[in-house]
Amino acid sequence: MDLTVIWAFIIAFAVFAYVVMDGFDLGIGILFPTFGVGRGRDRAMNSIAPVWDGNETWLVLGGGGLMAAFPLAYAVILPATYPLIIAMLLGLVFRGVAFEYRWRDPNHRAFWDAAFTGGSFVAAMAQGMTLGALLQGIEVADRSYAGSWFDWFTPYTLLCGLGTVAGYALLGATWLIWKLDGEGQVHARQLALRAAVATILLMGAVSLYNIFLNAEYADRWLTAPEIYFAAPVPILTGLIAFSMIQAIRKDRNSKPFWLAIALFFFGMAGLGFTMWPYVVPPGITIWDAAAPERSQIFMLIGVAITMPLIIGYTAWAYWVFRGKVDDEGYH
Amino acid sequence: MFEQFDALLLARIQFAFTVSFHFVFPSFSIGLASYLAVLEGLWLKTGKQVYLDLFKYWIKIFAIAFAMGVVSGIVMSYQFGTNWSVFSDRAGPVIGPLMAYEVLTAFFLEAGFLGVMLFGMNKVGKKLHFFATLMVAIGTLVSATWILSVNSWMQTPVGFEMGANGQFLPGPSWWDIVFNPSFPIRLAHTVTASYLVVAFVVGAVAAWHLLKDRANIHARKMFSMAMWMAALVAPLQIFLGDLHGLNTLEHQPQKVMAMEGHYDSHPNGAPLILFGIPNSEEKRVDYAIEIPKASSLILKHDLNAPMDGLDTIPDDEEPPVGIVFWSFRIMVGIGFAMLGLGIWGLFARWRKGLYEWTWLHRAAIVMGPSGFVAVIAGWITTEVGRQPYVIYGLMRTSEAASPLDAPAVAASLLAFVLIYFAVFGAGVWYILRLMSKTPETGEVGAMRGDVGPIRTAGITPGPAQNREEI
Repeated sequence: MDLTVIWAFIIAFAVFAYVVMDGFDLGIGILFPTFGVGRGRDRAMNSIAPVWDGNETWLVLGGGGLMAAFPLAYAVILPATYPLIIAMLLGLVFRGVAFEYRWRDPNHRAFWDAAFTGGSFVAAMAQGMTLGALLQGIEVADRSYAGSWFDWFTPYTLLCGLGTVAGYALLGATWLIWKLDGEGQVHARQLALRAAVATILLMGAVSLYNIFLNAEYADRWLTAPEIYFAAPVPILTGLIAFSMIQAIRKDRNSKPFWLAIALFFFGMAGLGFTMWPYVVPPGITIWDAAAPERSQIFMLIGVAITMPLIIGYTAWAYWVFRGKVDDEGYH
Repeated sequence: MFEQFDALLLARIQFAFTVSFHFVFPSFSIGLASYLAVLEGLWLKTGKQVYLDLFKYWIKIFAIAFAMGVVSGIVMSYQFGTNWSVFSDRAGPVIGPLMAYEVLTAFFLEAGFLGVMLFGMNKVGKKLHFFATLMVAIGTLVSATWILSVNSWMQTPVGFEMGANGQFLPGPSWWDIVFNPSFPIRLAHTVTASYLVVAFVVGAVAAWHLLKDRANIHARKMFSMAMWMAALVAPLQIFLGDLHGLNTLEHQPQKVMAMEGHYDSHPNGAPLILFGIPNSEEKRVDYAIEIPKASSLILKHDLNAPMDGLDTIPDDEEPPVGIVFWSFRIMVGIGFAMLGLGIWGLFARWRKGLYEWTWLHRAAIVMGPSGFVAVIAGWITTEVGRQPYVIYGLMRTSEAASPLDAPAVAASLLAFVLIYFAVFGAGVWYILRLMSKTPETGEVGAMRGDVGPIRTAGITPGPAQNREEI
């Protein structure tokens, strides 16, 4: 397997890790207003306070890694989705500082709670729309973005944005089923159920839309021999969705959360299969955008050494704060 | 209001604004993380409550500063692509991997252990907690190392090859790229600056509380530590700054010409212009107060050494002299003021007046924010001084920007300005409020929540029991 393909998988892994990990804490931000002022919100917030910063670091790896491994893609995608990226960054500013500020300023806690929710929603929506803008294709000329101002604003990208919001809410709610008990858990279950239905419907809609989006995507999913590889994806996704809803109704621990992650995994695998081998459809393949071999090798050494350590101490940090928020009561 | 600006100028203003705002926080948190590690280490070693109290006092401030650094830093990591896409495409193969290493070796380390550092003492015990604090402190230093390597490579680019598509490609040795000529001294100068920033902030907070109560043991301990740092590190920093200047003279002579205000060449020893008003149209410094031949003495260690001026440089390769000239003087002036306070502190200690001399305390309060001003002035000197290039001598800033229209950049700039002042203004206000509280015995850590059942393992005694613990 050549280095460029390895790097495509590494970046995909970073994006997936980001989407799942920051997904659940952005999701909690999105669902925050439905929790009662006081204990309900505090517990929801405290369930992610020790880990949100690490979760968000995957976004920096995704961005920095993209620049390092596929500089041309980084240089095309970001100007093409400029307003979305700026909105996402500012949304992350608001929700990031809210973690600290809401405790420091009880008189304005309502404001910072709103900033937490608003920032989380904007970031999630912008991320989904960015993905949509990428999938629908970016116009490129002379190694630069050549489209116009509002190419990123279409019904399709809006659909992708809403799907991401729903998906993050699902991750957040299932995380809270795991981390809360009593009334909080009951509430999280209701939220998770609604978010699950919304996520599944929107995933389906985006998938269908993809097929009509361009002929190449349709060929990939609907003609032999690709269809033999492609077909299991929606079938497995459906099975996972079914057992996830069962788990959301009954399970008291982590099962709904892991199944929600599995749902995301197959969703992203499907998108990867749709895009492959383009990093910026319709014109730039991963090989067009790839950094030279020396850059790839240098970074691969770094990833090989540090990634096991990162996964190790990140897992340890989660382990330290394991259990229900109240039982263990680290806050 | 933006019609007269072009997209390039707006993008430059946006980068200058976001990076200046951002760097205030890491320059504080790099030094503060090390200070926290020292405090916790001293607590573990001596068992003295005062160190634990100070640790908990400052960790609340650290938590806010760190959060602001994280969110403003994420903006920076995307700013390269949003506003400088041509630069990212061309320089990505060289600087991208260095930034990826920063994420892998530093950001994850800091973020991974931060949660335990802030909230985990009762869960993991003292020793592991200290380990987490150390990892966060080391992470901040590793992060500085990589990003300064990137910046230094842009100032003194070596070890690359030019690709057929216009990209800068790595040469055979990454060592050459990472350890480019201006990197080691820039790293030393910047990290030392961060320690000085924290020394003067801690000194000012201590002085504030000493003025209210000179018997306060926490304030006394902080003030003593801060004044030792000022006395020892300020002279070290002046020495490092001198080395940095010599390095710049060797690799980026135009920058030094602008710093010195040398429009003309001086074949028989160049004067040191202390003050004056650079007049770039007439190419002279008006109202200059100068010491004859002193510049040659400082930079070449020879009174009569010839020094080239900006008259040897084509006009379109000159940096803007006025900004560089002034920002350099602000930085140097603050450096010597810091040294002065450090010496005053030593003298006060010798005369047993360290905790008694109210004018010393007042001066320390005035000097509290000076580190930040010096850091920003220093960065303005080095960044404006390498203009018109983004990659020195090879790629102009004007060639680097994204293909964006002015209104798009103007709108995002406006959003950044409004939101940064509001959000980070609030954060600075919260920090100042924490600083105005008197540190006390049984200080509460990074408190989380005034609700819920409380469970602490009882590592710390005292009033902390009814609140959440670090």
